[in-house]
Amino acid sequence: MLEIHDVDTYYGPNHVLRDLNIEVNQGEIVTLLGANAAGKTTTMKTIFGIVKPRNGTLTFKGERIDTMGTDQIIAHGLALVPEARRVFPRMTVFENLEMGAFLNNDRSVIDQDIERMYALFPRLKERAKQVAGTLSGGEQQMLAMGRALMARPQLLCMDEPSMGLSPILVQTVFDTIQEIRKQGVTVFLVEQNAFMALNIADRGYVLQQGQIVLTDTAKNLLDNDLVRRAYLGG
Amino acid sequence: MLTLATVMIPASASPVGIFFQQLEIGITLGAMYALVALGYTLVYGIIELINFAHGDIFMWSTVVTLAVIQAMGITASPGPVKLIGLLILLLAIGMLVSATLNYTIERFFYKPLRKAPRLAPLIAAIGASFILETIAQLWRGSSFVAFPSIFPSVGITFGSVRVNLLDVVIVIVAVVLMYGLERFIRLTRMGKAMRATAQDPEAAALMGVNINRTISMTFIIGGALAGAAGVLYNLYIAQVWFFTGFQLGLIAFTAAVLGGIGNIYGAVLGGFVIGLIEALTIQYVPGGFAWADAVVFAILVLILVFKPSGLLGQQIPNKV
Repeated sequence: MLEIHDVDTYYGPNHVLRDLNIEVNQGEIVTLLGANAAGKTTTMKTIFGIVKPRNGTLTFKGERIDTMGTDQIIAHGLALVPEARRVFPRMTVFENLEMGAFLNNDRSVIDQDIERMYALFPRLKERAKQVAGTLSGGEQQMLAMGRALMARPQLLCMDEPSMGLSPILVQTVFDTIQEIRKQGVTVFLVEQNAFMALNIADRGYVLQQGQIVLTDTAKNLLDNDLVRRAYLGG
Repeated sequence: MLTLATVMIPASASPVGIFFQQLEIGITLGAMYALVALGYTLVYGIIELINFAHGDIFMWSTVVTLAVIQAMGITASPGPVKLIGLLILLLAIGMLVSATLNYTIERFFYKPLRKAPRLAPLIAAIGASFILETIAQLWRGSSFVAFPSIFPSVGITFGSVRVNLLDVVIVIVAVVLMYGLERFIRLTRMGKAMRATAQDPEAAALMGVNINRTISMTFIIGGALAGAAGVLYNLYIAQVWFFTGFQLGLIAFTAAVLGGIGNIYGAVLGGFVIGLIEALTIQYVPGGFAWADAVVFAILVLILVFKPSGLLGQQIPNKV
């Protein structure tokens, strides 16, 4: 579904992603693990056209997306839950959800989807009329996920959805990710919380200093020495 | 303001009458300042640029609508029905001219500098301002040209306070446009895209918002409001001059900062407050005409020092 092929991304003179190859197939949950500054967020930014790769190609369902603008990439069925959530702080929860469906013009579908998000995240319904800047971190994470789902993406990308959340909320987030997959959405998940991510993922990649050093099924990665030492504290 | 000398104050008025007369003048001036201030605040809100050419965008509406009315050979009030048609025509032309100019300046001066250090587009804006002023000066000359008084001087008098029909029309036109803007930003798709882009452009792009188109639209709307203000200014002050936009632009910018730059309600509030302060300064400060600008810019300095976020500045944190 998503193919990242031989991608190199630079920030000015800094070579951040080196010869990156990642593949995400329809129906999978795939996770990308890595420490701080390994290039996880840059990978997401490259997928979404926020930074452009210098070499290599990105394709989504066979179509080149690395030549498109961010808004076009969204129109092709990808959505991102960005790092640090990035909800619109001075819009209400309801308006944030509406923004998620920006490319959808069918009001009845939007209203239905908002109801679906309220069912998935009951807290959002309680806070519907509150501006998002006043929500707690966990509520903002729910909102960022709901907002991304409002686009009805075929592939949902998530950049560290567990960051800064309490253990209970982390569990809720990961339960929700599994629920989202059951509804037919493919998930590409960037995480530092390797244990949680590998527990729900089908496959995983390990990113170190901008390079993929390891890829395997999630089950094998959980048993892998490198992963255990570097990310699972074992 | 020198040009305010054309606003007549009845000599025989009572102190209370004079006060209310100045309020009436202040509200009329404030309506025009608010329209121009909105353009500063919309653009600042979306790309954090102070569009120093905005005053000249306003001025070009005054210059072009003067040329139109001269070309039509109109020198006096054409009668009520034709007057309404003429007013609508002038507003349409003024808004179109300023919107087009503002769009063009964004496209060729600011867009190529979108990723440059912030000083670069600011200097480009000053350059654009000089270009607009110089072309207007070459076209219309360096001196004031009178705009024909197409409005009959009819009005209502309350005691000694005179409210001209023209003043009422100015305030109504301004309020209708401001209300329209508010509804547009609240309710339309493009309006929501503008708000989202102002709050977080990258996140807005991730919703599928076309950021370039949204920025262009912001300049078009801000320009159109300045264009409408230019027509109203022509009717009220009736003096067209290539340098008008510099001074009025700075006053409107002060209004935007006073209200809280980036906040559209703040721009409207600031516009009316500055209009009232100016009208009252002219009346009550000895040698008031000479002091009006000094008072306004002293206010600008005081806000920047003591409350840079302005009266209605945003206080909600971006991240929790």
